[in-house]
Amino acid sequence: MSEIDAKNAIEFNGVSKSFDKRCVLNNLSFNVKEGTGYVLLGRSGTGKSVTLKLICGLLQPDAGSVKVAGVDITGMDSTALTPVRKQMGFLFQSAALFDSISVGANVAFALKRNTDKSSEEIHQRTQSVLESVGLGKEYDKMPSDLSGGMRKRAGLARALALEPSILLVDEPSAGLDPITSAEIDDLLLHVKQNNTTLVVVTHNIPSARVLGDRLAFLDNGIILAEGTAEELEQSEHQLVRDFMKSKQGG
Amino acid sequence: MAGAESLTGFAHFLVGIVINEDPKSKLASDGSPLLERIIGSVRGSIEWFGGLSLLGAQVIRECFRRPFEFGEVIRQVFEIGWRSTPLIILSGLAVGIVLSMHTRATLERFGAAAMIPTALAFALVKETGPLITGLLISGRVGAGIGAELGGMRVTEQIDALESLAVNSFKYLVFTRVVACALCLPLLTIIMDFSGMLGGFIAEAIISGSTLRLYFSQAFGSLAFADFIPATLKTVVFGLIIGGTSSFLGYNATGGAAGVGRAATQSVVFSSVLLILMNVILVKFIAFLFPVAGG
Repeated sequence: MSEIDAKNAIEFNGVSKSFDKRCVLNNLSFNVKEGTGYVLLGRSGTGKSVTLKLICGLLQPDAGSVKVAGVDITGMDSTALTPVRKQMGFLFQSAALFDSISVGANVAFALKRNTDKSSEEIHQRTQSVLESVGLGKEYDKMPSDLSGGMRKRAGLARALALEPSILLVDEPSAGLDPITSAEIDDLLLHVKQNNTTLVVVTHNIPSARVLGDRLAFLDNGIILAEGTAEELEQSEHQLVRDFMKSKQGG
Repeated sequence: MAGAESLTGFAHFLVGIVINEDPKSKLASDGSPLLERIIGSVRGSIEWFGGLSLLGAQVIRECFRRPFEFGEVIRQVFEIGWRSTPLIILSGLAVGIVLSMHTRATLERFGAAAMIPTALAFALVKETGPLITGLLISGRVGAGIGAELGGMRVTEQIDALESLAVNSFKYLVFTRVVACALCLPLLTIIMDFSGMLGGFIAEAIISGSTLRLYFSQAFGSLAFADFIPATLKTVVFGLIIGGTSSFLGYNATGGAAGVGRAATQSVVFSSVLLILMNVILVKFIAFLFPVAGG
């Protein structure tokens, strides 16, 4: 399926969001096609993570609408959002593992809650997902016993447990060394190749080039530039060109 | 949630008063006019109680919506109830012994030492048992809920729950509030009996009273009308402890400091609200059950 023919997995139409009197997103509109990688770039505090939370319904827009898989999720409460969220996975910047239960229990949590699988099937699926991210032997460990990179991979395993069609990823390489960061990128690329839509927030340009079919640069609540990595390198905005020249990982 | 900032302002104001911090010094230190700060605090307190009331309404609504989270409620009953039992038994024994000694010192002056078990039973069952249980649980459980939910909030674990298609309010708040409401009456009964046992131990040592005589004197004058309303009012204590600490933890902001604040405020606010509500409930029970009189 070509990108032009693909349906929109995510649609933002004129979305605005403010916190107190600070406008974070101002009439933001963009689409993400199914099965593609969309990377949100920008300086800190420009609303990238807020955008991810709006997609997941963790925040509600002040104006405009957000559609996920064709469903308008604007104004939906937690219960109404349940079927939409079952199609989504979210890898948080800090991984946000539940620290009172083991790594395996973290991954199994969504399966227990949202599927009719037997305990044996859940165990097998959990083990299989953990192995896919290289944590097959860490099933019984507690999150506090894992390194930063392992925690992130465990978070990714949890996000992938329900085989989501949309994966939201918040700064996958933040705080990681370049090698671990590249390993996470490989895992995400593998996920994307299985026709999962990726929306990634990152400051890491090498990572953005690998994962993003399209990149958007957010600044002052609007998309300053949008396109492929090559198009952003030629952007009319100096800020975007400077950002794209960055070799930083983190 | 709406009013979070006002809540924090009000909380600082109230905590300052409760822990003897002079609120005037705070007002003066940031240079804002006193009247403006007072209006802000009043507004904050209205928003705070509004938020707490909305939480209560949401808990009631969730009672009738699936999933009912029985498994998590049972787990919380274990955490809140069962794990508090040793604390309640030990405290009950100590309170019983001390009350017995004080009661003896007083009643002996009037030649009414034989009334000690009865007086102790009335004091424990009608007021001391429920109130001390409520305060102990608000310390142990209130702080725990405030810190746990606050920690989950600031580390995005609550967002993670939501992203996994779990209603975090129902899973975290509803279950804790229900468990507190279920556990408080049971813990109060345990406190009452531990207190009576402590009183018996003191009496047995001092006057050589037998267990049968002591308990027959203690319960001889006690009616169900004395016991039931006083014990059932602790359901309201449980709702206050669970609701207040969940509200503060669930809406915590500001990293580790915010978690600490949520834990402290959970204990302070739930204890203060519990004591104030006790006054209302005693009057209410006296009105509904004139014989019991609280």
